Amino acid sequence: MSNELIGYLTTFVLAAFVGFEVISKVPTILHTPLMSGSNAIHGIILVGAIAIAMRATGPLQLTVGFLAVLLATINVVGGFVVTDRMLEMFKPRQQQNKPGESAQ
Amino acid sequence: MTAHVFLMATAGITLQQGVDLAYLLASIGFILGLKQLSSPRSARKGNSTAAVGMAIALIASLFVLHPTNTKIVIVVVAVAIGGVVGLVSARKVKMTAIPQMVAAFNGVGGGAAALVSIDEYMHVSLAAPGIVSIVAVIFSVVVGSVSFAGSIIAFLKLQEMMSGVPITYPGQRIVNGGLVVVILGLVVYLIGVHASVAALAIMLVVSILLGLGFVLPIGGADMPVVISMLNAFTGVAVAASGFAIGNTGLIVGGTLVGASGTLLTKMMSDSMGRSLTNVLFAAVGKPVASEGGGAGDAGEVKSYRSGNPEDIGVLLAYSQKVIIVPGYGLAVAQAQHVAKELATTLEARGVEVTYAIHPVAGRMPGHMNVLLAEADVPYDQLKEMDLVNDDFQSTDVVLVVGANDVVNPAAREVKDSPIYGMPILNADQAKNIVFLKRSMRPGFAGIDNPLMYDPKTIMLFGDAKDSLTKLVAAVKGA
Repeated sequence: MSNELIGYLTTFVLAAFVGFEVISKVPTILHTPLMSGSNAIHGIILVGAIAIAMRATGPLQLTVGFLAVLLATINVVGGFVVTDRMLEMFKPRQQQNKPGESAQ
Repeated sequence: MTAHVFLMATAGITLQQGVDLAYLLASIGFILGLKQLSSPRSARKGNSTAAVGMAIALIASLFVLHPTNTKIVIVVVAVAIGGVVGLVSARKVKMTAIPQMVAAFNGVGGGAAALVSIDEYMHVSLAAPGIVSIVAVIFSVVVGSVSFAGSIIAFLKLQEMMSGVPITYPGQRIVNGGLVVVILGLVVYLIGVHASVAALAIMLVVSILLGLGFVLPIGGADMPVVISMLNAFTGVAVAASGFAIGNTGLIVGGTLVGASGTLLTKMMSDSMGRSLTNVLFAAVGKPVASEGGGAGDAGEVKSYRSGNPEDIGVLLAYSQKVIIVPGYGLAVAQAQHVAKELATTLEARGVEVTYAIHPVAGRMPGHMNVLLAEADVPYDQLKEMDLVNDDFQSTDVVLVVGANDVVNPAAREVKDSPIYGMPILNADQAKNIVFLKRSMRPGFAGIDNPLMYDPKTIMLFGDAKDSLTKLVAAVKGA
């Protein structure tokens, strides 16, 4: 087993624990934006998609790379934009004319 | 020379280390972002924090590339098209259609993860097969494709481009099980016998079939749970791609989503009072199942009471306490704004008005909160089920607008009902219940609701928006 792999495994296991911990405190009212926001985060696959497209040799790999970048971009851009649209609308009672982040 | 070695050799280890540090920054952004998403006050900032993390990772990753002009053009074109498609659909989508939009964005992510891994296999693993890389590739291809195909079915069902009724046929489980066996066989072949791009391509196709076949028998009402699970699937597929191509950014981002999505899926099936196995394999919502829901009253012709807006308006105007139970039907009729107007009108008369939000109101946990926020209803006027359930006893009128299953007492009383055990809003404990509905037809889950035949219940038939508008006028005139 290479050092690299051990590093990846460590990262993986710790990220899994952090993921569980951070999420366990989200109130129901935010479940939909949370699902949508985390959906945008797995759009990080775009990093991989660009990397494979840039090293492609031959038409088949170029096509696969093109498709991967296309799909991953939709995931990232759409995910973050739609989540922001949702959260923009969350406003507390007294602050209806101001942006949602100010306190009750 | 493989691409990996080539990259490391020419980019120099320091540059690679710099990029890895940028991925660490990006990971911090994702984690902080998810953390901020846990409070309504900071949620929007959380989304931006995660987006900043994403931007850092993307920009940093460009430094270790060795592009040619042709490839730059190809990538830029792909990003431009994908960016426009993503931006326009995210901007234009109606808030009622959020669940299927999330399904679509999730599906493309799963597809991208599968493609990245297939490419890695063609490029590197065939030349220098390492067991870890192959396992990661296979895992990512299978899970990513299942997520891609499953999300398509989820999208089609929620968009009502195909029936939301579970699609079942004899031997369905045997067919799906057979697909799993084929995939396992290919796994053994690829790892133990022979490296082959063709075998991986067959595996991709079989996994797509499995994704389609797996979601087909699940009813439309259960789709949110499925989307949440597929969201977790894509996360794990992305993490596996990260193992395959050796990228910590992908591993952290994907794993965070895999973990959070798994937890969210469990929370959703819990709030429906069902086990995940039941959601996935029971085909709830078949017409057969709905007969089970009304089993206690089978054969009887049940009577109900329907009222007119004027009488109900007077009833509301002279109440002290009114609870509105909004459901997906309210959103479909675009009646959020009129509902808010009714609430404001009643409040001006001194009536106490709150909204009772069931965890699965709308089509996804928290979906109803988004829809009401769109109508400028302040989020502190929305009460979650546990907080509001004791208030129903002292409530004069419960106004159920376009909701059904979430107030269905069958969930408490009828043991063989498909929704038995689901926590519900105790609307039946109020003094009066008013149902705003188009007809007596059962709801999305296809289950009959005895509360509609309760002597305390008045039905007001019609489009939710029309009915609410009439009620506003009636209250003003009372």
